[in-house]
Amino acid sequence: METLRKHCTLLSLFAVLYLAFLYVPVLLLPLFSFNDNIYVTLPLKGFTLKWYENLLANSSLQAAIWASIKVGVGVASISTVLGLMAARAMTRYRLPFRRSIYALIMLPLVIPYMVIGVSSLVILRRALDVDLSLWTVGLSHVLITVPLSMLVLMARMEGFDRSLEEASRDLGDSAWTSFRRVTLPLVMPGIVSSLLLCFITSFDEYLLAFFLAGSETTLPIFIFGSLRFPAKIPDVLALGSLILMVSIVLVVFAEWLRRRGVAGSDSSVI
Amino acid sequence: MTLQAAPTTTAASLQTARPEWLDGLWLIVPTLLIVVGMMVAPLAGIVLVSFWSQTGFDIQRDWNLDNYRILFTAEGALYRILILKSLWMSLTATIAVVLLAYPMAYFMAFRIERAKLIWIILLTVPFWTSYLLRIFAWKVILGFNGVINSGLKFIGVIDKPLEFLLYNPASVTITLAHAWAAYAVLPIYVSLEKIDRSYLEAATDLGDSKWKRFWRITFPLSLPGTIAATLLVFIPTVGDYITPTLVGGTSGIMIGNSIVTQFGKANNAPLGAALSCVMMLAITLAVCAFLAVIGRKRLKAADI
Repeated sequence: METLRKHCTLLSLFAVLYLAFLYVPVLLLPLFSFNDNIYVTLPLKGFTLKWYENLLANSSLQAAIWASIKVGVGVASISTVLGLMAARAMTRYRLPFRRSIYALIMLPLVIPYMVIGVSSLVILRRALDVDLSLWTVGLSHVLITVPLSMLVLMARMEGFDRSLEEASRDLGDSAWTSFRRVTLPLVMPGIVSSLLLCFITSFDEYLLAFFLAGSETTLPIFIFGSLRFPAKIPDVLALGSLILMVSIVLVVFAEWLRRRGVAGSDSSVI
Repeated sequence: MTLQAAPTTTAASLQTARPEWLDGLWLIVPTLLIVVGMMVAPLAGIVLVSFWSQTGFDIQRDWNLDNYRILFTAEGALYRILILKSLWMSLTATIAVVLLAYPMAYFMAFRIERAKLIWIILLTVPFWTSYLLRIFAWKVILGFNGVINSGLKFIGVIDKPLEFLLYNPASVTITLAHAWAAYAVLPIYVSLEKIDRSYLEAATDLGDSKWKRFWRITFPLSLPGTIAATLLVFIPTVGDYITPTLVGGTSGIMIGNSIVTQFGKANNAPLGAALSCVMMLAITLAVCAFLAVIGRKRLKAADI
């Protein structure tokens, strides 16, 4: 045990430095968002909240936030329902071509968004002549979030005892009733974390929205546009700090929920 | 018990007349429709378009190989260099990410006994916060008047800002390495965590030193996760657009910027489509080469 301790120290130091590398750049945003200087530069001047006040007066920003929330909520709901059905099909039934189906659904995770974006654009505009809107953004976001939802829910479903469901069937419940009364409550934490993960992914996604939003503006499009104007950067920093805070709260909650039930077997979740 | 169960058994035996997996198929069909409609069909579409050509505002459906001829002759040398450069930048970033992530994952798997969940959450939090802002943070750090330059000037180390920090391939690589760091730790951690601890004890009992034990047992068994991590970072970063646009400047642009230009300002969708296809092909070839080097046996173990 003592020799183990000695080996620990160097590796622990590395772990701490690694976390610092992850966090320090991100934490600079809130730091400068309170700095009373239009330029993001050291030394810090004075404390101010005016960048946050600017946000309250910015109506195009509020429209963009609202658009992203609408898309995010829709995407999270649809993807989670689809993910729930797909995860059940994968874990409960002996599907033919199971591995191929699984690979196909997971494929959007390893195709660059750039390619998904331009090819959807080509199909929607040139072939189907669909008008670009938040709907088209939402559709492509469902594509990239369904695999996430399915992964989370499959991990959850593989974890529990099938005999519980069988018992409910044996006691005379219909397939639907036993799903609703036995399976659903057991899978609930997975559903909540799937909703949150899908929402955050959609809320944060820039490239697909850039190609498919047409004249609409989602929050990432708004932020990306603002970054070109130095005068707007302090506002973006304030906005970014707010997003950071909200997503930290959401993510900690989601992770806590997701891992709570599968603490022993979190190896099955990536 | 048997009496009560009887009616359900008959119902069940009636149901087995059709195969059970049909029910499962219905559950997965909606998802498959989305995948086919939003991915398979568009990908097929873009392959078609890459064989067409653009005149003015119209796309001519004249089947030809012009776009590919451009990309593979002297005319398209710039595009080829850009693709190779993008692959190279992603590769460097991926290697950096995996080399840094491995010890971290090792630390979490073997050194942390309690509160693993807290470490996992600590790692995932920055990865779920806005990608755009994580990239932008590096502009704040490396910029002309950024944290490093203004900080060094403030304490008197330099008089003029260092210009080489931002807007070059290196700044893109550093930024990518940071933005994708957490993607690599979790898969590696998972495969390290799965390793049966008794193998390690056996190796020690048989006289292996710590290093020997690592190279003979721990590392080979962690390869599936390490391979997954490598691919998970490498593949998406090749086509990245946000990072080169924000911190790349003119010398740090990647193939993604060029594709966007073709679909936008240059208004040449067929050439853009051909570029996308060639990029996908280049990524696939790079991945195949990587997997071939690792070996087919390991590929099977990786279960990708």
